[in-house]
Parts: sequence; structure tokens; C-alpha cells
Amino acid sequence: MRKIYHRIIQISGNVITLEAENVFNGELAEVRSGSQSSLAQVIRLAGKRVSLQVFSGSRGISTDSEVRFLGHPMQVSATTDLLGRIFTGNGTPRDNGPELTDHLVEIGGPSVNPACRIIPKKMIRTGIPMIDVFNTLVESQKLPIFSIPGEPYNQLLARIAMQAEVDVIVFGGMGLKYDDYLYFRNTLDEHGALPRTVMFVHTASDPTVECTLVPDLALASAEFFAVEEHKRVLVLLTDMTNFADAMKEIAITMEQIPSNRGYPGDLYSQLASRYEKAVQFRGENGGSITILAVTTMPGDDVTHPVPDNTGYITEGQFYLSGGHIEPFGSLSRLKQNVNKDTREDHRTLMDTMIRLYSEYRDTLEKQSMGFRMSPWDQKLLKYGDLFERNMMDLQVNIPLEGALDQGWKILAECFEPAETGVKTDLVKKFWSK
Amino acid sequence: MSDVNIKTGRVTGVNGNLVSVAFDTSVRQNEVGYVEISDGSRLKSEVIRVRGREADMQVFEATGGIKVGDAVEFTDQLLSVELGPGLLTQVFDGLQNPLPRLAEESLFLKRGTYLYPLDTERLWSYSVTAPVGTELQAGDEVGWVPEGIFHHKIMLPFGWQGTWKITWTIAGGDYNIQTVVAKAQNESGEEREIRMVQSWPVRVPIRTYKEKLLPEEPLVTQFRIIDTFFPIAKGGTFCTPGPFGAGKTVLQHGLAQRSEADIVIVAAVGERAGEVVEILQEYPVLEDPRTGHKLIDRTIIICNTSSMPVASRESSIYTSVTIAEYYRQMGLNVMLLADSTSRWAQALREESGRLEEIPGEEAFPAYLESLVASFYERAGLVRLRDGKTGSVTICGAVSPAGGNFEEPVTQATLKVVGAFLGLSRDRANARRYPSIHPLESWSKYHSLVPAEDVAEARAMLRRGNEVNQMMMVVGEEGTPIEDFVIYLKGEFLDAVYLQQNTFDPIDSACSSERQRHVFTKVLDVLKREFTFEDKTIARNYFNQLRQAFIDWNYTPWQSTEFECGEKTIDNLLYNK
Repeated sequence: MRKIYHRIIQISGNVITLEAENVFNGELAEVRSGSQSSLAQVIRLAGKRVSLQVFSGSRGISTDSEVRFLGHPMQVSATTDLLGRIFTGNGTPRDNGPELTDHLVEIGGPSVNPACRIIPKKMIRTGIPMIDVFNTLVESQKLPIFSIPGEPYNQLLARIAMQAEVDVIVFGGMGLKYDDYLYFRNTLDEHGALPRTVMFVHTASDPTVECTLVPDLALASAEFFAVEEHKRVLVLLTDMTNFADAMKEIAITMEQIPSNRGYPGDLYSQLASRYEKAVQFRGENGGSITILAVTTMPGDDVTHPVPDNTGYITEGQFYLSGGHIEPFGSLSRLKQNVNKDTREDHRTLMDTMIRLYSEYRDTLEKQSMGFRMSPWDQKLLKYGDLFERNMMDLQVNIPLEGALDQGWKILAECFEPAETGVKTDLVKKFWSK
Repeated sequence: MSDVNIKTGRVTGVNGNLVSVAFDTSVRQNEVGYVEISDGSRLKSEVIRVRGREADMQVFEATGGIKVGDAVEFTDQLLSVELGPGLLTQVFDGLQNPLPRLAEESLFLKRGTYLYPLDTERLWSYSVTAPVGTELQAGDEVGWVPEGIFHHKIMLPFGWQGTWKITWTIAGGDYNIQTVVAKAQNESGEEREIRMVQSWPVRVPIRTYKEKLLPEEPLVTQFRIIDTFFPIAKGGTFCTPGPFGAGKTVLQHGLAQRSEADIVIVAAVGERAGEVVEILQEYPVLEDPRTGHKLIDRTIIICNTSSMPVASRESSIYTSVTIAEYYRQMGLNVMLLADSTSRWAQALREESGRLEEIPGEEAFPAYLESLVASFYERAGLVRLRDGKTGSVTICGAVSPAGGNFEEPVTQATLKVVGAFLGLSRDRANARRYPSIHPLESWSKYHSLVPAEDVAEARAMLRRGNEVNQMMMVVGEEGTPIEDFVIYLKGEFLDAVYLQQNTFDPIDSACSSERQRHVFTKVLDVLKREFTFEDKTIARNYFNQLRQAFIDWNYTPWQSTEFECGEKTIDNLLYNK
């Protein structure tokens, strides 16, 4: 029987300190005060003094609250029973289902040996032309969706979840509005995707500490499906800026020296240790983890520490602005691994359409400055309009091949083949008459 | 050594990856110790501060599970690397653990698993250089083994003071690295054994050379913008700061593949694992055109990616540079590519925060600048005691927060490097690769071409840029044609010379002879007086010229196509 401690000597922020023995770093404890009880985790040891971070916050904790150490770190049940379930940020069920206690594994485990990784070569189809054609998503990729607050980023995430060809979806919500949580749950349910989904949801009204646990819980269960069950797992995280802000809040109450705009000095390492869980394992049916994470940019500022550090970690980014995925700035660093094997016209069409769209943007600028529009400018204006309506609009939902055909149609409607600079053999084969 | 002599201690506190240890007898600063935790694993740690009877140690692993009272065993050794044949082609983590062999045990990097870095069973064909009776000093050649195409010297251990006389040598033949290959005696009569492998503490520079020389000879990278405009020298230092998405990694990979160095050490310091995987899988098949061997045969990879423990990220940069110095001592030209030094600085910052030191700018430790300086100072061209020269060239990638070069790591780096190749997001967005900014970058080393020619070309770029700025205000109509031609010349230089296609096998590798040849022709265009009737004609002419030059860039050096291309250009130029 483990000893119960009753004398808390310090309460500050979400951290309580007491004197205890035989406690290890990272150990979980249960803190009970009156009828309330919360989990807490050891974050610092100094002689007999043990500091614990209380998941539900320190409000209402009294100096004589009961603290019982559990002898294990934070864990998640690694079983297929996870599927179809919804949990809170501390891993307890949110859906009135039973607690899962079988086959518990530690969260935040070690990283994959780089020598065991392979170069990813499989495309993930989403039915969204701006992704499939222009910035192809690749299995095992880690990609953020950079967005200003107010953009339909959660809708985009939900659509990708529904349409992506993956086996398991792991959803991690951080600081989510309750409405958004319901939106995700209902959308997944309507499309029948819930039975292959695990959700860890921290809503905006839940305790801050739980927000920081969500990515680890989500990724530990994703790792189980990918490694043990050889599944292709898609992890959706929204919103990583809330996660970073929760870390900032905790670091400051812990009196850590802030580095940049109040964020802790280890922000990069913290974000990287989560994103780097994205991996493709060897073998024909080797599992994989793909991570798509919303990162809202405060003030549309990409140099803000959260998007900035994220950009250095991830393999590209999708910019969501004005209700669509921006063709410029968005980048999939892995697309060249896959887009040579889709269809022979894929790369050429991708380059040509983007180049012409960029010329269209220049023409728009000229137009707004009052310069006269040449016949070529008129063609570009027509093209830009068609491109925005039939390719960029997030409502467009067609498979890659359909989108490529659509692209040729748009080109044919606006230009002569020679004006596009496309190689003659491709024009012969694909140009719509 | 008996058990009595083993120094021990007990854990008294844990804070992040820092543990406090009460020691029983004595400790050394930067000594390595192992924390023994209840699940049986032993976690490697390093003493970084001593206060009273307590030592603060940084643990090179995750610290979950450590208890107050856990035993600590000190080794009395500073953090060291093993130096000997077999380092080439290897992939190590920041503590010199061989990653491929760790992979045989587990998919994941289980903490507390340490393997000997080198293969102890492989046999090397050893030849004696210094027969019995030879007097040697530290770093002098005792014998040698062939390692791939290299003459791998077995040297008198770097830490041996004074003069040593060889008293015994093994006969030439095949031995493993642990074999005693010679014995030597110093003036005071002490006799020691020499093996093919020796240890060296990573934080201490290897200084067993005769003198340090001024780096003057260019290190050809085959990037035109670097070799001609912002050259680097054998034994020099340079940095490549740039925001994300500006092409830092592609540039580093290009340097690793095509630089004319003997040995390339790629240090992936806190960066994406995926990028290392590309090197791991491609270098064993890519050919090094200069030697005909595979690229991996001249490469060593030190890989401590972003999700691996922060403390070993900090040490990985020293591991890399120590291995570089080891090969320099054999008279080789070594290039160390560290991507990225910002992640190393961040590791220092994390550690400094835990030590509760008074922070400097942006919470980086106050001693950041001196650490950055002493790291780059380990580069250099040296004359060895046998008269040969060897060099370590260091290229540090810097990832400035927000792409802002004013931040402390970039500024500390700029103070000590010999060349600055600043990458620009604007150039990357405009697909002008390599995205090195031609107006902001600088180099203190000698170019392949005469300095006044480079100055002339740069002046053209600057004036072209000024005209471009002006045109944005007054429009093309309001620009005089003379200015417009200057603008076209600047753009022409940028398009045909500064930009280079990294993915094309020919254009990506531009040899020094070819650079000299092409640059003369480009300069000819820049100097030439042109008269055009109007701007459209001028633009069309330069478009034609640009196309001809670009096509020329894609032809193999001195082939018939190359000569053909040159003729086309000459026709355009002289028959106008």
C-alpha cells in the first residue's frame, strides 16, 4: 500500500509542492480535496521536496489535501478498444463509455531511430485539387495548416479527415470551442467515420494543463496503431497555437525565463518532439503516422514564434487565407517524391497553372493601379477567375485525375497551346479540343 | 581498477534533464557519469556545474523515472569520442552511438542503450611507418591502414606529452582496431601501448599540428554564386542563415555532394529526421564524380535530430568537429556542415535556463558568443609536423527566428565567420535558386576570378537593382533606355550565372575552369555597350541571350554541344 501525504507546503499556479520520499520524476499522483480529485504529475524533485503539476488546476486544493502517488507515469491504453471513443485531455472518457485499463503504455515515448526510417513514397488522396494537384500530401508527412483565426480551418481539417484514404483517424483537440468539438464529432458520425476514429478533446473551458497532454495522448495511441496494428494513421491536431500558449502559461507560473514573446526556450524542442512522431515504417504493410496540425497565426504574422518554429520543423505548410489554400507560400516538401508517378502531365500542369496564376496576380495589381489591360491581360483575368472557381474553391471535390483534366480544360478555354509554354508532346496528348 | 576506486554519488534533485548529485569523494568538471535508475537502465550524464558537495549533471536522455537517492557512478573521463579506422560511411548520434546497429535492436531509440561506435571485429591491413627506435610526438604517424581511398594514419595518441621512442612494433598485417600495434617509451622511462583507436575529449580542440596558416586556397563548391562571388577557403568558416523554406537544406546537400573536399561530415543538429534519411538512402548509391567512388565513402553523418535528447544535441556539434580535426591531422581537407547551429544554441539556452543563469538577449546565455566563436575557431588550415597541410572548413547553417538576421545567434556567428551567405525568402519565392542574396552576402576569401572583375559584376547587380526600384515608382515608360539596359544586364547576370539548377546533373556542378570561362563571357556582355531603338527590342535581345546562356549551362563541359552553344552566343553578341 502506497503512503498517502497530507501536507502540501506550497501552492503556486497549477503547481503544488510537498515533502515525500521514493517518488520518481514523471510519476502520476492523485490529489483529493473534499469531493474533488485530480491527477497530477511530478515535474521537479529537489531533495524531499516534490513539485507536482495538477491537471485540473490548483483551485480549491487545501494544504491538507490527500496526495497519493500511483507508481507509474501518464499512460494510455494501447488497444483497438480506443476506436470510436472520445476522451478528455487527461485520458478519461468523455463519452460515458467505460475506462480503458488494458495494456497501458507510457505517453511521450522515445523517438524512432532515423536509421529505421524510409523515404516516403505514397500519396494520400484528399479530393481537394489545391492539395492533390499542387501540394500533394504524402503518407508520413507532417504539415501544419497556417491560418488566421476565423478561417474555416476546422472545416478543412474535417473534410480531409473524411476523404483521406487512411485506416485510423486520431483527433486531438486543444482549446477547442465546445461547438467545434460537436461539429467534429457530428461530422465524423454523419460520414460513418467515427468507428475508425479516436478523439482526445480538450475544450477551451477545461484546465490548461490538460491541453498540453493532448498531443502526447493522441500520438501515443497513433503509434500503437501504426507499429502494432500496421495501420495508416492520420493524426489531426487543432490548434497547436493553443498547445504552445498552454506551455507558455505553465512555464511562466513555474518562473522559467521566457525566450521570445513569453514562450519558453524549449518551444522548438517541444513542438519537434511531437511533430517528429510522423513516420513511415518499412515493409509492404508497414504502418505510418501522418500529422496535420492547425496552427493559427496571431495577427496573420508568420514570424510569430509558434508558426515560425513550426515551419522549421514541418515538411511544408498549407496557408489558409480568404477561404482557400493559397497557391503561393503553401508548400509540400515531399510532393516531388510522389507526383512523378501519378500521371505524366501532373508536374507540368502544376507548374504551368501556378506560373499563369502568378501572372494573373500581377495583372490584377496592374488593373488596380489603373494601367490599360492588353489582350493578354484579358486572357489572364479570365483564367484567374476560372482557376479560383474550379480549382481553389474549397467546395471543389474531385479526384486527382479529374482535377488534372479540369486543369487542361481551363487552359484550353483561355489560351492557345503556345501561350502556356507546355511541351508539345503533352499538348498533343492532353489539350482539350 | 578495484571497486573501491569508483567514485559514486546519489541523486538529490531532478529538474527537466538536469539532475543534482551529492558526490562522495570528488568530481571533475565535464566528467561523464551514469545515473542508475530502478528499472535497471544507466543514463549517461555530464557534470556541468559543481556547487559545494553537489554536482549538477545534464542527462543525455529523458529523465522520467529518476528518483531522489538513485545511485550515480562517475567515470573520471571527460565526454569523449573514439577515433580510429571505420568512422567513414558511419551514422552516429550526438554521443557517437552507431545508429544502424542500434536499429538492429529496436525501431525506437531506447534510452540507456550505448554501443561501441566502431566495429571491433573488422580487420584492417596495417603497415608500419615508424620502426623501432623512431622518436615521435603526439599526432605523428606510427603506421597506417587503407580506409577506402584514404591513407588513414594511426597516430601517437594526441594526449601524450613530450617525445616518445618506439620500443616495439607489430609486423604489418590484418588486425582489428583494438590490437596493440606498437609500444613507446618517454624520457622518464614510462612505456605505453598504442592501438589503432584512441579516445579524445570532444570539448578540447586537437592541437597536435605545427602551426595554423591563413586560409587562402579556395574550396571549390561548384556553386557559381559561391565560388565566384562569395568564395570559401580551405580551412575557412562560413554561415548560411535563412528563414524556413529558403532552401538551406537543399544548399547544404548540394555542398555535401559537390564540394571538392576530401571528407565531408554532415552534422544534422536538431533538424528533421526525414532529411537525414535522404542522405542515408541516397549517398550509398550516388557516385562522387571526382573519385568514382560512392559519396558515402567520404561521408560521416552525425545525426541528432530535433526529437532526440537536447543535451546530446548540444554535444553532437563537438563530436562532429572533433572527428573533423582527427582527419585533418592526416593531411586531409575536411568540410563540416552543421545544420543547424541555431538548434545547438537553443540547446544551450534550455540548459542555461535550468541552471537558472542570468539570461542574455532573447534568453540565450551570456556566454553564447564566446561558445560560437570557439566552435568556429576549431576550423583552420594547419601545417602538420611532417610538412603536409590539412584543413577543417566549417559551414554553419543558422535558422534565425522569424527570418530576422538581427537575432543573437546570427549576429554572434557573423562576428567570427569569413563568409556570409544569407538566404532570402524573396529569392526563394521567386524560384531564384540558390537563394543566396547577391547584394547582402559577403566573403573575405579569394575568388576564382580577379577581384576587380567580381567588383564590376556586383556593381552591375547593384545598379540594376536600383533601376528596378525606380521603375516600380515611375513605370517602365518613365525609365531612360540606358538605365533600362543596366537593369536588363543585372537580371541577365542573375539568371544565367547566379541561378543554378541543383537538380540538373550538369548545371548543378560547375567546375572552376568552367566558371572562369563562362564568367569571362558574362563579363563581356556586362561591359559591352549596347544601343537599342526601344525597350521591347532590348528586352527581346536579352531574352534571346539569356536563353542561349541557359542552354549553354546545360551542356557538358568542353563537349561539341558546349562549343556549339558558345558559337550561338558569340553570334548573338558580335553579329548584332
